[in-house]
Amino acid sequence: MAEIAYWEAIRRAHDEELANDPLVIAMGEDIGVAGGTYKATSGLYQKYGPERIIDTPISENSYTGIGIGASMAGVRPIIEIMSINFALLALDTLINAAAKIRYMSGGRVSCPIVMRTPGGTAHQLAAQHSARLARMFMSTAGLRVVTPRGPLDAYGMLKSAVRCNDPVIIIEHESMYNMRGEVPDQEFFRPLEGAEVVRAGSDITLIGYNYSVHLCLAAAAKLASMGVSAEVIDLRALKPIDRDTIRRSVEKTHKVVIAEEDEAAVGVGAEIISVITEECFFALDAQPVRVHAADVPVPYNRQLEKAAIPNADDVLAAALKVLGRA
Amino acid sequence: MKASDQTRLLREMIFFRRFEERSFEAYMERKIGGFLHLYSGQEAVATGVLEMARCGHDYVITGYRDHVHAIKAGAPAREVMAELYGKETGSSRGRGGSMHIFDPTVNFMGGYALVGQPFPLAAGLAMACKLKKTDQIAICFLGDGANNQGTFHETLNMASVWKLPVLFVCENNLYAIGTRIDRSTAVRDQYKRAAAYNMESSQHDGQDIDTVMKAARSAIHHVRGGNGPYFIEFLTYRQRGHSMSDSNAYRSKEEEREWAERDPIKLYGERLKAAGRLTDADIAQIEKSVQDEIENDVIRFAEESPEPRVEDLTKYCLDDNPNPQWIGPLRGDQHG
Repeated sequence: MAEIAYWEAIRRAHDEELANDPLVIAMGEDIGVAGGTYKATSGLYQKYGPERIIDTPISENSYTGIGIGASMAGVRPIIEIMSINFALLALDTLINAAAKIRYMSGGRVSCPIVMRTPGGTAHQLAAQHSARLARMFMSTAGLRVVTPRGPLDAYGMLKSAVRCNDPVIIIEHESMYNMRGEVPDQEFFRPLEGAEVVRAGSDITLIGYNYSVHLCLAAAAKLASMGVSAEVIDLRALKPIDRDTIRRSVEKTHKVVIAEEDEAAVGVGAEIISVITEECFFALDAQPVRVHAADVPVPYNRQLEKAAIPNADDVLAAALKVLGRA
Repeated sequence: MKASDQTRLLREMIFFRRFEERSFEAYMERKIGGFLHLYSGQEAVATGVLEMARCGHDYVITGYRDHVHAIKAGAPAREVMAELYGKETGSSRGRGGSMHIFDPTVNFMGGYALVGQPFPLAAGLAMACKLKKTDQIAICFLGDGANNQGTFHETLNMASVWKLPVLFVCENNLYAIGTRIDRSTAVRDQYKRAAAYNMESSQHDGQDIDTVMKAARSAIHHVRGGNGPYFIEFLTYRQRGHSMSDSNAYRSKEEEREWAERDPIKLYGERLKAAGRLTDADIAQIEKSVQDEIENDVIRFAEESPEPRVEDLTKYCLDDNPNPQWIGPLRGDQHG
């Protein structure tokens, strides 16, 4: 068991899957000779060569489409899009092609691609490098969407995604690539479905995904010092949503806060509240509260950016409100 | 070419024309829904190019005007018609319809309704052939209208940089839906645009199947020989509207008459007659046998096939038998 960084976990998963199957390839901007913007593919070009570690031109829609086409013939491409903002350019091939080909071919053609991309605000990257957009992919039938919160899932979910026969979108986060965590030395896989209770508690449920799990964990620690036992759930997968884990927790705590880094409208929080309403409405003792970004493009100015994006104190304040202690 | 092959090619084109015209009738009877884009008038292009390819071995992909490409690539005509009828026995199990015919058993990798989307998919199929070091190629058929999408430029660039074994076949029928090429496109000769990506290209008459085959043979030889992609343009004309709701108001009757004189079936039939290979009676016999096959096999199969079961609505959306090791759900003891 070694403590490694998030980017190292992704790199290790790439390396093992490339070694395991000659039809696994990686493609994206600057991933080869340059080693990847976040180092997630560093050294692989030297090890596997230009035909399998493919530096693409800045043509997100078509290089994603080329990966999809190759996957239809049995190749397993790991496609990196440097920022989820740029994934907007690839929505045609991701949503109109990858998500639909299996269905509209009557199950006769699969598109086993993996698309990895960081979504989230980092540090003053401004409006066109700070989008989150998970909600767009989680609303599309035919895709799987996962959001690893740390190195363990970053490694284990990428490995599962490569082997899965469905198109998988992996949403990472610019602020997490240097986050460190324990990852076992032996090979393992983490499933692409299922939420995880990452801190057990009995008074209130805090639900997050990707980076916002860490905001929930920080808020839970502060709540503990105030004598409140908070349960924290990492959704892990946004498509499909694990309804059972959410229901079991809310039936136990009767109170819930959902933390998302994105804007609220038609978002993850809205979906989770719908799930709770459908699954266990009468278990609620208080109305659920969403913690989310302000409804603005992300500003450049440091103070404005901070004000636009939720932090652990916002999650804490929301929890206290739900608990009637605000 | 042997006389028997020439007769077969003429019969195939007559069959494709009758298939399309018969599906028009079924559409008017409301047995076929959605959109229906017919290929009548352009038969020499798909028939001639794919005659020169290794169907079932090479990958073929196209846009939404896809019935004839699918059948010539090897998809059973009765399954294609059953797909138009939305039946469970259809090429795509009734889930795709006219615009989304798939038959991976013969490497026909689909028809797509997003104009220009097959460009990168075709290059990806070619990339797979290159990675696997097979002698397969990918053949992508699209119209002139697709060349104004970003995917055209992005894909031709990558296909050329990476020397992918892909043949881009441009069926230039002069109209992008209802807008004539000179009103939408700065360069009228489409093959010239490939030069921007350092790709070899050429332009040919798409109405004369002998011309099509000669040009396609050389282009396919180039691609299969490991020389990188090739862009081949055929000048052709669709006899019907873009789709079924098209009034054809954007083009003149005179233009339609001129192109009807160069109908590919008529041209080829007359050539075979002039060469003494066939008589009018032979052609009438072919037409009769095509008519019988379409009615007694293709249409009957589509009519008599079952609908998909409503219980199977969500089948085929994701892998229906996924490996639980990859998919989950997460178990309590599975935290690494």
